[in-house]
Amino acid sequence: MKFYRSHILVSINEASLAAGVQDFISALRNELAKNDLAEEINILETGPLGFFGKGICLTVYPENINYAEVKSEDIPELVQEHFLKGRPVKRLMLEGAEKFSPKFNYENRIVLRNSGIIDPENIDDYIGAGGYEALEKALTQMQPNDVIAEVKKAGLKGRGGAAFPAGVKWGFTSVLNAPQKYVVVNADEGEPGTFKDRLIMEGDPHQLLEGIMLCARAVGASKAYIYIRGEYKLCIARLEKAIKQDYEYGILGKNIFDSGFNLDIELKIGAGAYVCGEETALIESLEGNRGNPRWKPPFPGVEGLWKAPTVVNNVETLANVPFIIAKGADEYLKYGTKECPGTKVYTILGDVSYPGLCEVDMGTTLRTIINDYAGGMKKGFRFKAALVGGAAGVILPDRLLDVKMDFSSLNQYAAVLGSGAILVLNEHQSIVDLLWSILRFFRHESCGKCSPCKNGTEQLYRLISKIRKGNGTMEDVNLMLNIAETMQQTSFCALGQSPIMAIRSAIENFTDEFIEITKK
Amino acid sequence: MIKEICQKYAPHKDNLIQILHDIQDQDPQHYISPEAVDTVAEYLKIPANHIYGVLTFYTMYSTKPRGKNIIRLCESPPCYLKGSDNILRKLKILLGINVGETTKDGIFTLEFTACLGVCGNAPVMMINDDVYGDLTEEKVEDIIAKIRGRK
Repeated sequence: MKFYRSHILVSINEASLAAGVQDFISALRNELAKNDLAEEINILETGPLGFFGKGICLTVYPENINYAEVKSEDIPELVQEHFLKGRPVKRLMLEGAEKFSPKFNYENRIVLRNSGIIDPENIDDYIGAGGYEALEKALTQMQPNDVIAEVKKAGLKGRGGAAFPAGVKWGFTSVLNAPQKYVVVNADEGEPGTFKDRLIMEGDPHQLLEGIMLCARAVGASKAYIYIRGEYKLCIARLEKAIKQDYEYGILGKNIFDSGFNLDIELKIGAGAYVCGEETALIESLEGNRGNPRWKPPFPGVEGLWKAPTVVNNVETLANVPFIIAKGADEYLKYGTKECPGTKVYTILGDVSYPGLCEVDMGTTLRTIINDYAGGMKKGFRFKAALVGGAAGVILPDRLLDVKMDFSSLNQYAAVLGSGAILVLNEHQSIVDLLWSILRFFRHESCGKCSPCKNGTEQLYRLISKIRKGNGTMEDVNLMLNIAETMQQTSFCALGQSPIMAIRSAIENFTDEFIEITKK
Repeated sequence: MIKEICQKYAPHKDNLIQILHDIQDQDPQHYISPEAVDTVAEYLKIPANHIYGVLTFYTMYSTKPRGKNIIRLCESPPCYLKGSDNILRKLKILLGINVGETTKDGIFTLEFTACLGVCGNAPVMMINDDVYGDLTEEKVEDIIAKIRGRK
């Protein structure tokens, strides 16, 4: 391996591609070569760096300096000053980062341990970072039941929102005798404000693939599907490339590592429907149907894709598995809380200094996440509320900032962790307005299969629109609660059961705002 | 043409969504015509009404001809809080059309989309396969003018 004195990590994502990052990289290479630095300084095209600067963002190691919104015109100065003379260019540095050092390069990382560090398009980088060790261990030293036992012991809970223990789910399927079983990866990430799965896949696609392989081995599946959103173009390209590399290396296909284990992984592209994040709707979609949810039971673990036993897991859940198998459950249990071990990936958005993603221990408080990982509130703004968990989430006021963020602690406040989206509002933003936007979303995404959801989402949207315009009364507000509660009790799937969470938390935590607007 | 696309896939119903994607992507008007539906129905041996059901369920498909450039503006809460409504107003003025319509010259179609997962750069829109983030009214004007100039 070649030794470089410095590494420039360039984030390749939708925003930087739009800003022309490919041309930027070739210009930077030329400039380095011109100054005889090509042998000393390495440029690494990688995934998310952990913060969302605008445009093209760079991190320089070993100094750990973050640049944001760098343009091609800045290259000569950057090379002259920073790489020749060793003086970082303050002007281009991420705003405020010279004074405050946010924990972008998170100390406790499991899922994102390679993100922003390795080249996600190169399998050798992943292997060099310890990749596919867990698979080798599972195939050569462990029985399928040992894999399930280890995941159960680690207490890994589903990270898609429902928090069902992954090992238990696998156990249901593994004991069944069936000619064909499937693993389906839910990468149909549609919760507004959530894009952790996109960044996990963009930053380290092989880790997800290894997680799928371990799951398939554990339950005895020989075919896996990744159901991914059609809008995630970069993810699709990277996963396709990673799968191809695996076949070339003999990590996928027949008789992997001479163990007799066979597995094929196929990508399936979605076509735009929020409800397809529901596991049975996703299976319907995979079969080429409208994404209407199915009645449960039977659960997919028993009767799923083409009536075969099918394990459906979220991307982040599976991305945790290689660590658990390679390092052991005991190591995993050192992270997080007793009830909810491990870490959680969050996307933090809104009026914070550094919107972005972070991976922290389960049970970290919302205050810590906002202050330590997102640099606190943006200058001149005060915290008002945070929408946690996306549209199917809850609106938390400042008095709940110190609640521990894990599945069980939040439950006590009738709150949910959901998929890990945190949207921060400042004091000028209206909760009624936010709720209107959420209910407009549900109205659009209801699949129309059951009446409570189909009619309920429409009525909720009409009521909140009326209230928002100042024509509503407190009776309307109470009627909204009533409708949403009925939906919760009678809707067919989680979509119709969800609006109550945002509505109740908005009305309970910000009653004054509703009283004020209905007084007019 | 349609038949050739079908034949890239095994004649199983589970390939329907992918086949429809491919047909729509190669169509200059980004839509799926009644003739295409019939061809696919015949190939997969499924009723045409099943295909219509699928087409109208998913937001990425269209049964109406659309413009050369499909603008998909994100309408989900994170973008809304960052002012996607102003962007929508601006787009409507610039293009002279409402959501779901196509300009007379056939260059633009305006649509809504659910969260694109680029919320770090909200408000966001997608034009065909490209994502445009951190939108302001001026920026939108530039983007539209540039595409118009390209023709």
